[in-house]
Amino acid sequence: MSGTNGQSQHNGQSQHNGQSQHNGQSQQSQSGTLNLTLRIWRQDGPDAKGGFVTFDAPGVSEDMSFLELLDIINERLIDEGGVPIEFDHDCREGICGTCSLMINGRAHGHEVATTTCQLHMRKFSDGDVITVEPFRAKAFPVVRDLVVDRSSFDRIIEAGGYISVNTGAVGDANLTPVPKEASDTSFDAAACIGCGACVAACPNSAAQLFTSAKLAHLNLIPQGQPQRWERTESMVETMEQFFGSCTNHGECTEACPKEISLDFIAFMNRDYVKAKIKNRKLAGQN
Amino acid sequence: MVMNGVLDARVPDGTMANKWTDHKFSMKLVNPNNKRRFEIIVVGTGLAGASAAASLSELGYRVKAFTFHDSPRRAHSIAAQGGINAAKNYTNDGDSVHRLFYDTVKGGDYRSREANVHRLAEVSLNIIDQCAAQGVPFAREYGGLLDNRSFGGAQVSRTFYARGQTGQQLLLGAYQALAKQVAAGGVELYTRTEMLDLITKDGRACGIVTRDLVSGEIEAHTAHAVVLATGGYGNVYYLSTNAMACNVTAAWRAHRRGAFFANACYTQIHPTCIPASDEFQSKLTLMSESLRNDGRIWVPSQMDDARPAGQIPEPERDYYLERKYPAFGNLVPRDVASRNAKTVVDQGKGVGPLRNGVYLDFSEVIGREGKDAVAAKYGNLFDMYERITGENPYAGPMRIYPATHYTMGGLWVDYHLMTTVPGCYSIGEANFSDHGANRLGASALMQGLADGYFVLPYTIGDDLAARLGEPVVPTDDPVCSQAVAEVTDATERFLSIGGTRSVDWFHRELGKIVWDYIGMERTSAGLEKALSEIPALEAEFWADLRVPGSGANLNQSLEKAGRVADFFELATLMARDALVREESCGGHFRAEHQTPEGEAQRDDENFAHVAAWEWHDTDTVQTRHTEELSFDEVALTQRSYK
Repeated sequence: MSGTNGQSQHNGQSQHNGQSQHNGQSQQSQSGTLNLTLRIWRQDGPDAKGGFVTFDAPGVSEDMSFLELLDIINERLIDEGGVPIEFDHDCREGICGTCSLMINGRAHGHEVATTTCQLHMRKFSDGDVITVEPFRAKAFPVVRDLVVDRSSFDRIIEAGGYISVNTGAVGDANLTPVPKEASDTSFDAAACIGCGACVAACPNSAAQLFTSAKLAHLNLIPQGQPQRWERTESMVETMEQFFGSCTNHGECTEACPKEISLDFIAFMNRDYVKAKIKNRKLAGQN
Repeated sequence: MVMNGVLDARVPDGTMANKWTDHKFSMKLVNPNNKRRFEIIVVGTGLAGASAAASLSELGYRVKAFTFHDSPRRAHSIAAQGGINAAKNYTNDGDSVHRLFYDTVKGGDYRSREANVHRLAEVSLNIIDQCAAQGVPFAREYGGLLDNRSFGGAQVSRTFYARGQTGQQLLLGAYQALAKQVAAGGVELYTRTEMLDLITKDGRACGIVTRDLVSGEIEAHTAHAVVLATGGYGNVYYLSTNAMACNVTAAWRAHRRGAFFANACYTQIHPTCIPASDEFQSKLTLMSESLRNDGRIWVPSQMDDARPAGQIPEPERDYYLERKYPAFGNLVPRDVASRNAKTVVDQGKGVGPLRNGVYLDFSEVIGREGKDAVAAKYGNLFDMYERITGENPYAGPMRIYPATHYTMGGLWVDYHLMTTVPGCYSIGEANFSDHGANRLGASALMQGLADGYFVLPYTIGDDLAARLGEPVVPTDDPVCSQAVAEVTDATERFLSIGGTRSVDWFHRELGKIVWDYIGMERTSAGLEKALSEIPALEAEFWADLRVPGSGANLNQSLEKAGRVADFFELATLMARDALVREESCGGHFRAEHQTPEGEAQRDDENFAHVAAWEWHDTDTVQTRHTEELSFDEVALTQRSYK
């Protein structure tokens, strides 16, 4: 059934074309359950043609998480002899960064600072039509259905998102004091979970927020200084091999489940300019 | 290793304080130029696996690292909240390696191997140094030095933490160290690739069989040694705080190839989780234990009291922990708090729509210190609670209930962290080693990183040094092609059953049995019941399972089918292990063995040993081997929290 473009799954209902009627307010039904319609993207593989398939979801408990709703739809699909919808998920407590999904056109749905796994159905209204798609970006090709390949993020980290310190080669931890403010700001950046919502939300599919979060984490603290300029140039230029350019829309930070600040992008841009100059000097070119 | 049928833990001689230091000197070394002639497979890229793969690669070994996730950064180590212990004594409050060692042996209820625990306490110092140098943003004082807090009932402040996301930051540190080695070409990283068998030749581990979860391709990888860092098996309960994909499969397949599985019945139940809200609940969320510092736990005194909490007057509330344990009150250890919650819920005094929780009430502290002060301490936890339940914990009490959190049992390993299959190692939660019958808070992260950064990289060389010049078994060797064929057949088997029930249905049903009979409280009758119900459900699984789709692409139902099949066999072993262990210790509470006050009663005379089970290929039951534990440094005592 995958790839049946726009065809309905249940009792001949025709396709829905609307976005959700959700209006940002909780209009919970009396019974604590919701009757919903889902339009879910199905795609057999990276090169297959995908399309929306419509599912009725009656009697959805408000206490359910969005992923548990998908679990139930999958259980029904299996019961009916169908093939379940593939979607990425793991910890279901908002920290592993595995879950994704564009829900009504928004990465991780409309709740602020919330991953899809922590989005509960009480945030929707009875009668809503909910459109569910994979994260869309050239650098995140669809693997199957709602699963995408985000390994380009790993390539950015491999380009310098680390401090080179071999195991055992260090002195006592308290020999390197880190000012509390620097440490706290570094942590704010390090809180990134690598989910890719920033890229999915960006009209340019840019990965500046992800990349700058890791750069700021490492560049702000003393331990990160020796490789600061090399790291910055390498990570930024690797990022540009995969992702689009930043035009300061700020959609990324709006979508970020960890509310990573746009300020880190400014920090990265400044460090990148400095890095280009310093790295030339270090190479004896100027 | 097994020598003449006896489990030899290869614990070195010498005084406890010098064993590890002396042993590091006496172990054989592989010279730096020769390390590149050895290949090592590391399965799992959580704290233990990523730190081991990175460290081994830094030493010069050629490493292949495997994860079923799309990136090593997704491993469930990332979800650990509280912190990591280390005997730094930065707070000048009397901590020492010996004290951390002592606390861990005692906390494990005297069922761990002293020499391993002492080594763990020793290398805890190095872990903090290593992680701080990697840029892990630990909490700091205004002077820029590292901050500590007390945790899990310890009497010293030795826990290092990074807000409530310590596991995340430590994992990212290890992941980044691994990424550096991947970029340098020292580690070949296989993502979305699951290990489905261990390959042995002439009794020695020589490789693994994997399935590429995207293409479905099943193939063999070979090396001089195989390291399993594949985590714990808490998902056997279906509902747990584990991530959805956590499983026992890699460890279990190694068990079926000869690795003994130890202390399967030692599982840890965490007392403060959010109760399940309906049948379709997929996992449980842990709330930090720190909430018990200020919250008061109670249930209605009457059974089936349907009134909202606010309408139940004080005299009709039972603050059962404060009543039964006046000295420790709501701060009794995890296992005691958990068991008591079960008791009151079983009595019909549970609260919430499903009557499956107890109240954790903050009204008194809010009244005393004000809402702002409480929000400053617990704001993020209260927000998380509200997000999940839709209830405001400032206005009324939270509902909590225990959930499976960690498994102390696992593959038996010796002092070198080698399993009973030579050449096959196990590190982190996947092995049984350092926590005995109960793990202390903030010790899981410590053990995972100790094994990966500072123990395995030393011990593995001792074994490899003798094998210089030995070639890796070629992947077209008959042992490999046979193993690949067996995995291929097993995969086809799942797809061809063609029954009516989903994998999740079977997993849920299995979980109920395991939770009811091998959960917080076990009885001989209950365990016997589990031993009859599990095989019946297992037979139904093999007859009536429906796995849709094919094996030639991404198929999460197929992945789960293999994992649940292994959970059935594991659950049976858990019941058997729990039945034979006629005592109560740590996370294993046998109702028949308790003090008159209802506390766990150990039987040191008969059970101060590790139970390590050997698999047999036929239908016969596994054989139970024992490793006697001796307590030379820490005297055996009975815990009491009255």
